[in-house]
Amino acid sequence: MSKKFDAGVKEYRDTYWTPDYIPLDSDLLACFKCTGQEGVPREEVAAAVAAESSTGTWSAVWSELLTDLDFYKGRCYRIEDVPGDKEAFYAFIAYPLDLFEEGSITNVLTSLVGNVFGFKALRHLRLEDIRFPLAFIKTCMGPPNGIVVERDRMNKYGRPLLGCTIKPKLGLSGKNYGRVVYECLRGGLDFTKDDENINSQPFQRWQNRFEFVAEAVRSAQEETGEKKGHYLNCTAATPEEMYERAEFAKELGQPIIMHDYITGGFTANTGLAKWCRKNGMLLHIHRAMHAVIDRHPKHGIHFRVLAKCLRLSGGDQLHTGTVVGKLEGDRQTTLGYIDQLRESFVPEDRTRGNFFDQDWGSMGGVFAVASGGIHVWHMPALVAIFGDDSVLQFGGGTHGHPWGSAAGAAANRVALEACVKARNAGREIEKEGRDILTEAAKHSPELAIALETWKEIKFEFDTVDKLDV
Amino acid sequence: MPFTSTVGDYQTVATLETFGFLPPLNQDEIYDQIAYIIAQGWSPLIEHVHPSRSMATYWSYWKLPFFGEKDLGVIVNELEACHRAYPDHHVRLVGYDAYTQSQGSCFVVFEGR
Repeated sequence: MSKKFDAGVKEYRDTYWTPDYIPLDSDLLACFKCTGQEGVPREEVAAAVAAESSTGTWSAVWSELLTDLDFYKGRCYRIEDVPGDKEAFYAFIAYPLDLFEEGSITNVLTSLVGNVFGFKALRHLRLEDIRFPLAFIKTCMGPPNGIVVERDRMNKYGRPLLGCTIKPKLGLSGKNYGRVVYECLRGGLDFTKDDENINSQPFQRWQNRFEFVAEAVRSAQEETGEKKGHYLNCTAATPEEMYERAEFAKELGQPIIMHDYITGGFTANTGLAKWCRKNGMLLHIHRAMHAVIDRHPKHGIHFRVLAKCLRLSGGDQLHTGTVVGKLEGDRQTTLGYIDQLRESFVPEDRTRGNFFDQDWGSMGGVFAVASGGIHVWHMPALVAIFGDDSVLQFGGGTHGHPWGSAAGAAANRVALEACVKARNAGREIEKEGRDILTEAAKHSPELAIALETWKEIKFEFDTVDKLDV
Repeated sequence: MPFTSTVGDYQTVATLETFGFLPPLNQDEIYDQIAYIIAQGWSPLIEHVHPSRSMATYWSYWKLPFFGEKDLGVIVNELEACHRAYPDHHVRLVGYDAYTQSQGSCFVVFEGR
């Protein structure tokens, strides 16, 4: 039946609050934590979010009668209390698949976290989770290689991988920088990493860095007999420069490059991921700026959403925090989103912060990277929390060793392998961590000294953002 | 003042990936690792190679992967038989995971010379 144009301002809930709606398998579902302005009913706030993140405008417009808006609109289909919070509530919204361009994370985010976040009827708004329908996932390429292929290319099996960021992060010449890479890799690390701040500064232009690093990787590989890599940061001011750097890394025979996906942007990231698939290159992803977006418990985007978006946009490794180190992140929440990176199906589990069943279909997995303020004493906990499909990165915990980076690297490698061996033998490595490390140190003076050096350091602050339970 | 240093000299070592930084596993420790592989539902698989080719992707299979083998003793015997047949080769044990098509475990049991 055709409708009549009725000018004026309608209540959002008349159109966008549909508690009887049963979401389709092909719908994209979102859970927002909403904090409305005082006096505005929940249904109106939730409906406004659905409207403003999909088809709605503040006023009725004649041109909406040219289409079937019921087919395209987002709908709020459920409202739930936030446990322990009287002000905020969860709004569950279903968006029809046709609202989004195939394979474009940029487009999804532009809709879901666009204008709506500045909407006046809201005091705070936080996107807690997205359920991507399989129909959308199949339009995204995802990780250029995935966990299985990365293991095969790097010949690393049965344990977490070991890495480290080169320090000092700024100010080294290319040759000095390559020296530090060489020291870490010959000491037993699998990977070293450009700091995210390293792009192409006056003290060290990117070409110069790439050449010296390539020689360091080659030498360490020849001397140790193991496969090595260094994440060459290709993040740049323009896509053209980014691709130029990636091409040069390939020319030098390097196995892996790196990109900062939030500052660089989703469009650049998706493009670079496709380049990596085509060129047989692994892609390490840094997440600078994430805490600006994800740390506030009532406003912004939860990191689990940013992690899901990265898996779809493409990357083979993504930073996830450490649980135990210097950076924010509680254990259950972290386990929840590392599942989203690595598993093919993740069930709804509120105790881990996952609001929806998420089917990833055949999409490859992403290594979880734990980096920031960790040292050998954390090793048993890290292996227990992150499992084998992870990269554990010790920066200060490598270079801070009294004998230098190579000995620091060896100490970490010994500690890692001792923990894996003990875990496989059925020991409870978190409980018995001290014994396991002390035993291992009997065969490794490097580890004995590392244990002595870092014995007092702890990072025990409460997390700012906790699960609502 | 004479320079005295407490800094040690770290010498690069050639290693063979996982467990390369631990002392060689003794028999009981090897048993533990085989038991872990079996308990995970992975298939044990033995590979060997001459040390000059240790960085090659493909090492020679010893026979075929021991699909579905649950007997720890069988795997120990096969490892030893492989070592006897190729005393100068590296011999490694793999826990092959057919579900991921990857190796859940992989370490060198005998180092060739």
